Amino acid sequence: MSAMTRHEWLLSDRPTSRRQARLGQAYRTWLSFRTNWLAMVGLGIVVALVLVALFANVIAPYDPVLGGDLRTERFLPPLTGNHLLGTDDLSRDIFSRIVHGSRLTLLVVVLVAVIATPIGLLVGTTAGYFGGWVDTVLMRITDIFLAFPRLILALAFVAALGPGIENAIIAIAITSWPPYARLARAETLTIRDSDFISAARLQGASSARILWGHVTPLCLSSVIIRVTLDMAGIILTAAGLGFLGLGAQPPQPEWGAMIAAGRRFLIDQWWVATMPGVAIFIVSLGFNLLGDGLRDVLDPKARK
Amino acid sequence: MSQPLLSVEDLRVTFELHRAGDLPWTRPRLLRAVSGVSFELFPGETLGIVGESGSGKSTLARALVQMVPATGRAVWQDGADLIALSRRAMLRYRADIQMVFQDPLASLDPRMTVGQIIAEPLRTHFRDLSETERKSRVKAMMDRVGLLPNQINRYPHEFSGGQAQRIGIARALVVQPKLLICDEPVSALDVSIQAQVINLLSELQRDLGLAMIFIAHDLSVVKHISDRVMVLYLGRTMELAESRALYGDPQHPYTQALLSAVPIPDPAAERAKVVIPLEGDLPSPMNPPSGCVFRTRCARAEDVCAERRPELTRAAHGVACHFPGPVAASAGRVPA
Repeated sequence: MSAMTRHEWLLSDRPTSRRQARLGQAYRTWLSFRTNWLAMVGLGIVVALVLVALFANVIAPYDPVLGGDLRTERFLPPLTGNHLLGTDDLSRDIFSRIVHGSRLTLLVVVLVAVIATPIGLLVGTTAGYFGGWVDTVLMRITDIFLAFPRLILALAFVAALGPGIENAIIAIAITSWPPYARLARAETLTIRDSDFISAARLQGASSARILWGHVTPLCLSSVIIRVTLDMAGIILTAAGLGFLGLGAQPPQPEWGAMIAAGRRFLIDQWWVATMPGVAIFIVSLGFNLLGDGLRDVLDPKARK
Repeated sequence: MSQPLLSVEDLRVTFELHRAGDLPWTRPRLLRAVSGVSFELFPGETLGIVGESGSGKSTLARALVQMVPATGRAVWQDGADLIALSRRAMLRYRADIQMVFQDPLASLDPRMTVGQIIAEPLRTHFRDLSETERKSRVKAMMDRVGLLPNQINRYPHEFSGGQAQRIGIARALVVQPKLLICDEPVSALDVSIQAQVINLLSELQRDLGLAMIFIAHDLSVVKHISDRVMVLYLGRTMELAESRALYGDPQHPYTQALLSAVPIPDPAAERAKVVIPLEGDLPSPMNPPSGCVFRTRCARAEDVCAERRPELTRAAHGVACHFPGPVAASAGRVPA
């Protein structure tokens, strides 16, 4: 099948199978996404992050944990020798550490999204759909979580669970679901009283079926957008925990921990703390741009 | 006619309203949306329900399918009281009673294709149906309501209002119900499309032997499709009669006023027509007038109307009025 006919097959207004209709729908979304160049930059950054994380072993020229010669290779500035971004106080190649650190960053982002999104969706749609005291109880619990600043609450959880990257992930997930629950509840409230939900109920569909089959898919796009926009915040929180010594533990090449280690030498060896900071900045920006672009194409309310 | 499919006795729907800021133990204000409606519906028959906005038409329909809580009795032909059934017990009757909604697009899940929408009730009620059987039933139903087979994978927003309503009808009929409740199914459609949808409904009804409750505020639409017509005002039945009798010889002053407001597509007849004006608005259902609820706007009202509520007469042509009679009987109001 040539490229032209594939384009036509996807845009056909008479899809012959459910798969073709789905793919066509996705293709149309992609076409409108593609026109937004900032969003494409964001997508490019996120894809690059994933690729770097996948092929970290191939890309990184040095070991991220074992340093070089402590007498000759400490604090080499960027672009000296084979060290693209220089070396740190333990003669480790900063570029290699950042490349390996992308794995940790991605791990945090993906796991938090996988843990927090379903919790938020479940709580929000249940509260919104059933209303009454279910709504009151669930939303007050949500409010309790929202009442604390995120990093402070995460700090408290990590302090209780003990430092480490896994506990940091759990703590961030526990602190990041409430906004999704709020959002899902708001969406559910607008959907709950629409005729097609009444129709489903009249057909005898159970509450679980309505929640899972009708309400959740409609909440999903706005929650996905919100999660994508939150990714930057998640990365920053993870970095913040790392910076405070409660996230990833040395010698793990976590970006926040790297900044913390480098800040002692900020005046004389600025690159040690700056390079991981730049990495955090670029990746956060990428997720924000991607989220903005997704909102433009996925959110039916923002259209037109 | 034999045994009624559904007999409704003294159906009441009362909403409790709490004003914002009321303390939880203050007595709520009561809104009587439907107060004491009774009727019988026979298999294969169409009952039209007309009335102004706020007369309780939709609430009545929703009460029959437990979408709003009600009191009274609605006895199905096998003796079950639809009002009193538990959620679980009601499930058995869900397939028998289906509903078509006013806004066709709002009643279809925007994320589902037409095929999925029509197949969904089958998944609930005919669980053992194989995938291919389900698909063939969906296709047969689509064909039946005039949708093209190649539209099965499209999404609702790709359809016009009339076509979307056909999808809604197909979804309702795919489980082979005995009773179809149409809640203003054509009010949101263009006039030219209205006729198509109404013709489709009456055709389907004839072929499938459906009973239908057809709600509308447009009298001419109801006339076309109904065997009997019930006129509601403020949650009470004003008149209930065979369609021909009600349109040809209305007895209740409210029905007469409604009918006189229907435009006639003939300039000469339209000019000669006597319009009986209805003054004022529908009284608040939270504070209905004493006695006959219509008396505040009725030309025939006398003292007795404020004292006693007229009951609906139990004849073939039932009227709830102290002074029923043809238009001319309303003394002096109609110029000869």
